[in-house]
Amino acid sequence: MSVLSLENVTLRYAADAGRNTPVLASIDLSIDHGEFVVVIGRSGSGKTSLLNLAAGFVKPSSGRVRLDGAPVAGPGAERAVVFQDDALYPWLTALDNVAFPLRLRGFSKADRLRRARALLDQVGLSDAAERHVWELSGGMRQRVGIARALASSPKFLLMDEPLGALDALTRSRMQGFLLDIWQQNRVGALLITHSIEEALLLATRVIVLAPNPGRITSEIFTTFGRDHLAGTPLSEIRSSAAFRRLQDELTVLIHAEEEGIAA
Amino acid sequence: MSISVEGLPPIMPTARHLDEQAEQSADRPPLPLVWISLATITALLFLWSLASSYGFVSPLFLPSPVAVYQALRSLAITGFVDATLAEHVGASLLRIFGALAVALVAGIPAGLAIGASRLGKGILDPIVEFLRPLPPLAYLPLVIIWLGIGEASKIAVIALAMLPPVILSTATGVRSASADHVNAARAFGASRLQVLRHVIVPSALPSILTGTRIALGAGWSTLVAAELVAATRGLGFMIQSAAQFLVTDVVIAGIVVIAAVAFLFELAARLIERWLVPWATRR
Repeated sequence: MSVLSLENVTLRYAADAGRNTPVLASIDLSIDHGEFVVVIGRSGSGKTSLLNLAAGFVKPSSGRVRLDGAPVAGPGAERAVVFQDDALYPWLTALDNVAFPLRLRGFSKADRLRRARALLDQVGLSDAAERHVWELSGGMRQRVGIARALASSPKFLLMDEPLGALDALTRSRMQGFLLDIWQQNRVGALLITHSIEEALLLATRVIVLAPNPGRITSEIFTTFGRDHLAGTPLSEIRSSAAFRRLQDELTVLIHAEEEGIAA
Repeated sequence: MSISVEGLPPIMPTARHLDEQAEQSADRPPLPLVWISLATITALLFLWSLASSYGFVSPLFLPSPVAVYQALRSLAITGFVDATLAEHVGASLLRIFGALAVALVAGIPAGLAIGASRLGKGILDPIVEFLRPLPPLAYLPLVIIWLGIGEASKIAVIALAMLPPVILSTATGVRSASADHVNAARAFGASRLQVLRHVIVPSALPSILTGTRIALGAGWSTLVAAELVAATRGLGFMIQSAAQFLVTDVVIAGIVVIAAVAFLFELAARLIERWLVPWATRR
């Protein structure tokens, strides 16, 4: 079983050397293979920086990022990333975008196209294979982005507000979709979001970040996502008393410090 | 950098104009831009023939449109100074395309190096910045001393004039590559070379094509200068020798031919852009 862990990580950007407050301070977080960890926090709490550390795009100023005990030196195919602004390549078709990670790894054309077609099928976009990126809606683009991330058979799926740019209806449909993908592909998921509802619906564990410096202030375990996968409709979960209570609780936790300052 | 290729025939920029709103409120479709442009050309031709047929201007300075047309016909059939129009055009095109090939082969890698690496920028920037503001006529004599008066020196001078726009637009294109696009490739395990080939080069392609168009423009102006020296063929040479004998109709015909060829280049460039980088104007 794989584990992705941040151990006592502090991050300071070189340009901010004069400032004393680091972007992230003393972060201890470990994500197990079957987990769905959602990080939530106000703007400036370092959510995206946390994901960039896990992905290997930035190196910690102190502390360690490890994958199965081995230090992470940079980005790698075992930790696939889904971006808020889909980051699909506009010069490639949907199919070629999904096949792109396989192309980098030297798969034969037939192999990579067969696998890419299977992945597009899994995200429900078989018909869009030959379409260009600009011909796809926002929700379709994100699904292509997720299929592309899955193409490299990652152990972890790191998602930076993947649903942030979508309209409300598409967004709630995509939440169920993310749960299916997570279950079917048996990956560890790390998702960044602004939405309390989204955090509670998807996560097995919600991590709350507070700013100045970015740090973990609380942790909540939830089972709503698993309930949905077991058959409970999302609408029923959203309107349940237990969901609403946790929603209120999480709201208080996220804004706790803000109110502390006000008082 | 965005390139408008929406309306293919009109070469004019198709941005919103101040008078557009007024036209739209008048409850009729606005006059197509091509028609307005055609009307301008017709009016200019009319004024030109008026001026020459009523003798306002001596034919020595401004021959009539008919005379220029006849000059064009005789150029095409019998030619001027030992070569037909097609041969003059062919000689010039060979130089332009030869120079363009040299400029692209040397300029695109140089632009990639400037845009993608600090070392490359450090090494090449001073050279480009030295070359860029120099008028080609200034280094033409030196190139002739080095390479002689044959084809090589002409192609070299035109290529030197084309290099800065190709290099600079390539470097700009490289810098316009989105950080997410690069990071995505890195996350899939791409090497530096793979990032360059699969992400940076395609991202830079629209800008490289724009640079190529600018380079062609620079190429035409340098061509005429280069053909002033020891050429026996070429549009620039044709115009120059016609001017020495005051054969003004051939001079004007030559100018018209250069304009027409450059216009065709522009159309071709736009078609190539649509075909190679259809995403540049969408998304």
